[in-house]
Amino acid sequence: MNEVNMGQNPAVPLLVPRKGALYSFIFRLFKEKPLGAVGGVIFLLFLFCGIFADVLAPYGMNETNMLRRLEAPSLAHPMGTDHLGRDVLSRILIGAKLSMIVGFLAAGMATVVSIVLGIASGYFGKRTDMVIQRFVDAWMTFPDLILLIVVVSMIGPGIPQIVVVLALLYGIAGSRIIRGSVVSIRENLHTHAAQSMGARPLHILCYHILPNIMPVVIVLFTIRVGAVILTEAGLSFLGLGVPPPAPTWGSMLSGSGRTYMYLGPWLALAPGLCLTLVVYAINVFGDALRDLLDPRMKGSR
Amino acid sequence: MAFLLGFHRPGYTTMQAFIVKRLLTLLPTLLFTSLIVFASIRLIPGDVIDLMLSQNDISTGQDREIIEAALGLDKPIYAQYFSWIGAVLVGDLGRSLWKNVPVSEQLAATLPITFEMGLLALVVALSVAIPIGIFSAMRQDTGSDYIARSFSLLMLAIPSFWLGTLVMVFPSVWWRWAPPLDYTPFLEDPLKNLRHMLVPAILLGLSLSAVTMRMTRTMMLEVLRQDYVRTARAKGLKENVVVFRHALRNVLIPVVTLVGLQAPLLIGGSVILEQIFVVPGMGSLLLEAVFQRDYPVVTGVFLVVGVAVLFINFLVDLTYGFLDPRVRY
Repeated sequence: MNEVNMGQNPAVPLLVPRKGALYSFIFRLFKEKPLGAVGGVIFLLFLFCGIFADVLAPYGMNETNMLRRLEAPSLAHPMGTDHLGRDVLSRILIGAKLSMIVGFLAAGMATVVSIVLGIASGYFGKRTDMVIQRFVDAWMTFPDLILLIVVVSMIGPGIPQIVVVLALLYGIAGSRIIRGSVVSIRENLHTHAAQSMGARPLHILCYHILPNIMPVVIVLFTIRVGAVILTEAGLSFLGLGVPPPAPTWGSMLSGSGRTYMYLGPWLALAPGLCLTLVVYAINVFGDALRDLLDPRMKGSR
Repeated sequence: MAFLLGFHRPGYTTMQAFIVKRLLTLLPTLLFTSLIVFASIRLIPGDVIDLMLSQNDISTGQDREIIEAALGLDKPIYAQYFSWIGAVLVGDLGRSLWKNVPVSEQLAATLPITFEMGLLALVVALSVAIPIGIFSAMRQDTGSDYIARSFSLLMLAIPSFWLGTLVMVFPSVWWRWAPPLDYTPFLEDPLKNLRHMLVPAILLGLSLSAVTMRMTRTMMLEVLRQDYVRTARAKGLKENVVVFRHALRNVLIPVVTLVGLQAPLLIGGSVILEQIFVVPGMGSLLLEAVFQRDYPVVTGVFLVVGVAVLFINFLVDLTYGFLDPRVRY
């Protein structure tokens, strides 16, 4: 029996995507889900700003100019300046970079955690499943923010810590969704066929389970990026996120800048608007992806 | 949950049996909850003792041992867990390192305040979400449906701390009005208390309403397509009677479940809003403790929050019987 050929049987749709599948998918996205497509474009724009933040930012993120403090938006400073005369636009751009770094790293790691736990629970089942699921139950009773606050208070703030904790937080919570789809795929005919032909568990996992949960994984990852960005902002707002002087959107709304918002209300606008816009864009994009990739997940968020 | 566990099948007819069963399934979760809290205690960095020593101006080796013994760090880990859980079960959560009062006392003072805010927020969330959700479903795919859905998606994306900031800044810039920030106990002056709590509660409620609204709409659409609704319409009932008397009951069951699932969000969200609006609730207690590195308080809040959420979900399961006569315990 040739195991390699089994991996390429047509019951495994997404392992090797058809040529041009991506283009036709993008075309479908724009045609059937215009709002989702717009969300995707906005998301990509923010990603672009984040990647090229250092080049795009007209001023340094901590470049102070005491002569130009609390200036209203103008041509030289499109989003005004803060109480230390720092350019708000530049800080927003660097903030985008930090948000994207934390968002992508944490969501990526969370997805890996979800897949590992979800497969362990859904595929190997029985007692492992029971133990893991009770643990997940317990884990999910804790509010995201409180869990984060407690852990960060103990291991100290900093980008690596926050990424790891956010990844664990959302990874464990998301394993439920992966488990659900693993359980349903485990009962599919092609999985049983492979089992009866004597395929080893690892082979079944790699060639039958994983490719088929990919749609769920992609959607989960997308939506997680938004959730992670929002949670990190909340944490930074409370002073427990990425430590200063790095400008994150959350911390720009809190701390010493807060008292100056009464003098320069524009300071309160930009970070919040960016956060709302990027999370909104990711959410509609994620919803559209879900509807197109995996209709079964509809309304399950 | 009750459906999934199969308790609606005959055989579990008495309410007591259900409650006992449900409590038993709660046990493993409670065990893990306590393990997670305990693990968080173990995460406390070793240098915390150094920090306490340096801040208390005592630095002999003996003091270190005393503190380690006081925190129970000198015993093996399973013994530490059992002595900790034993203490917790009799309500002893340790003493605050800075204020030298029992943690349970601090919790008793702050919990009702957070509870009040959560309750107010829930009232706001439901009274926004359910009517809009029903309205949206009754006018599916019209302009008002789209507006309602966009509103709910937007509320999912807007961070509550930004809304809170806007509410603090802009009214005061434009109209020289700011939300009141002085806390008065409810029993002392209910009106003054509500005036303070209402703004954060509305913000919290709005952020919760988004998901509830989506759920109400989806469920209403599903229920309105069922046969019994068609029968009700066919016998000439008015649309309002069909929706509110016949359909709504079945819509509310999953919505109530969702409210239970949102309990963590409610408590988590209150941390930020309590901070902005200076509400002396459990969230403020937690943050203060975090910045003072008052670990017994931190873990005490952590534990209470976890247990509270489990308890809320337990209560939610019990309400099924009132909403749905088909559920027999």
